Amino acid sequence: MRRVYLDHIAATPVHPTVREAMEPFLGGTFGNPRSFHAEGQAALAAVEEAREKVSALVGSDPAEIYFTSNGTEANNFAIKGLALGRKAQGSHIVVSAIEHVSVLNPVKALEKLGFASTAVPVDGAGRVDPAVVEKALTPQTVLVSVMTANSEVGTIEPVAEIAALCRARNVLFHTDAVAAAGNIPVDVKALGADALSLAADQFYGPKGAAALYVRRGTRILPLLDGGVQEGGRRGGTENVAGIVGMGRAAELARTEMAGRTSRMQALRDRLLEELPKRVDRVLVTGSREARLPHHASFCVEFVEGEAMMLSLDMKGVAASSGSACASKSLKASHVLLAMGLDHATAQGSLVFSLIDDTTREDIDHLLEVFPPIIDRLRRMSPLYTRHLKENRR
Amino acid sequence: MMYTEKVMDHFANPRNVGILEDADGVGQVGNPVCGDMMTFYIKVKDDRVEDVKFQTFGCGAAIAVSSMVSEMAKGRTLAEALAITNDSVAEELGGLPKNKMHCSNLGADALHEAIHDYQARRSGAVPRTPKPMDAHEHEGEACPYCDSSLEHADKVFCRACRVEFDECPACGGVTKKGDKACVHCGKPLGPDAQA
Repeated sequence: MRRVYLDHIAATPVHPTVREAMEPFLGGTFGNPRSFHAEGQAALAAVEEAREKVSALVGSDPAEIYFTSNGTEANNFAIKGLALGRKAQGSHIVVSAIEHVSVLNPVKALEKLGFASTAVPVDGAGRVDPAVVEKALTPQTVLVSVMTANSEVGTIEPVAEIAALCRARNVLFHTDAVAAAGNIPVDVKALGADALSLAADQFYGPKGAAALYVRRGTRILPLLDGGVQEGGRRGGTENVAGIVGMGRAAELARTEMAGRTSRMQALRDRLLEELPKRVDRVLVTGSREARLPHHASFCVEFVEGEAMMLSLDMKGVAASSGSACASKSLKASHVLLAMGLDHATAQGSLVFSLIDDTTREDIDHLLEVFPPIIDRLRRMSPLYTRHLKENRR
Repeated sequence: MMYTEKVMDHFANPRNVGILEDADGVGQVGNPVCGDMMTFYIKVKDDRVEDVKFQTFGCGAAIAVSSMVSEMAKGRTLAEALAITNDSVAEELGGLPKNKMHCSNLGADALHEAIHDYQARRSGAVPRTPKPMDAHEHEGEACPYCDSSLEHADKVFCRACRVEFDECPACGGVTKKGDKACVHCGKPLGPDAQA
């Protein structure tokens, strides 16, 4: 059966040349970068080369890049490390209401250590208003974290403006750029961020490789206390193959971003345009203008996301959903609720995220299988029956 | 695969989907907040469930459970149908993921509601209006510490954290037993609250 993979935000396929670059480090070049013999030094050289490539992707110095094992670790490192590093100055943190749990939960953890936090609301398109962030700042505020782009609704946030107002008040600014970096231009100097998280599996690199950019001169406490790796700020033997893969993926992202974007965006626009035409009561979630180029998200009324996801999977399409049932915790998406959607509508969340290989035929296949799936699920939905009855009146 | 083959079969080809316009009993459980809502319709003849139809808004498990319940109930006496439990339905389906046991596995409850509705109508009572779709208590709520879904047997409990929860009288959120303040709204709790 034809498989159409539209779940980029969960994972991208590893690019063949990334895999090629990694292979020696899963075989003959197995040394530990901290060893002073030839095997170790070969591994160290590869890690440092990768650091240069990742720094080039985000416009930083190589020494400002700290490798971590995933985006969650990078976000934990940033939130805990930066806030605790400034504990003497204050104990208030500002985040947006739609941050990833790997930002929200470290903040919760810090609250047990005496920090307070404010989650600023978003508008109906999932956009954070810099003026609202500014109002949330108090003399106690030491850290603000707002994501570069949201993975569930695709909205790109005005982070440069937020970074500027933080800078003016001597408040640290971190941005979770996991969904954005490698997919849209991200430049730490232009953004003015003090810290920025990115992950390789969002731009055709391997899982298990990610990084945190920390601006030179910024105090950050380690999350993993250990040896001298990563300048003593992140102990633990390096995931050499993963880091090398991330470096190669970053290099590719930098050179191929424009081409990827134009290919995916045209198909994405077709999907955003066509899907609500093929099925009634489908709304686009997130911003239409400030949106990740590979991202199309919807809420389909009267049906539940996991049921749609399973049905699509049976027709060869891999998508994702922010519905309560699709999550392990069975909670409705905090992102969609923060955008003002009601619970029933939020349950119909469906996210399609394209990869560079996505073709027009793939999108056509989705557009073809989608209406009968929704028709079948709606015919068994008491909410749809009620809607039809109310309309008849 | 997170679902058994049997669950996927009942999800892909659900039995007895629909509405009985002249139903003798109607039962409704769940609410969209938890993500699952089921409506059951029954026709009763000679004290047996002669026909049964359902409609379900919900995930794969919720649809499969509804379908399985309808199959298990059809042709049974009312007493037999009332003896069907949510657990026996899950068992017939070859098991359900642990986090789906409480929210999605409500088919037997919906069937029982329909039977009670039928019995109430027969005894001349005012026909029961379907239960309003408000949240069944706590179901669907997650542990505030680890985000796993909470168990709701005789107490609210997180298996992962091994923590028992109470309800905050101020905001209704789940709070750890023995906590001095609610993790959601900050209101003081327990004996301290009275002081």
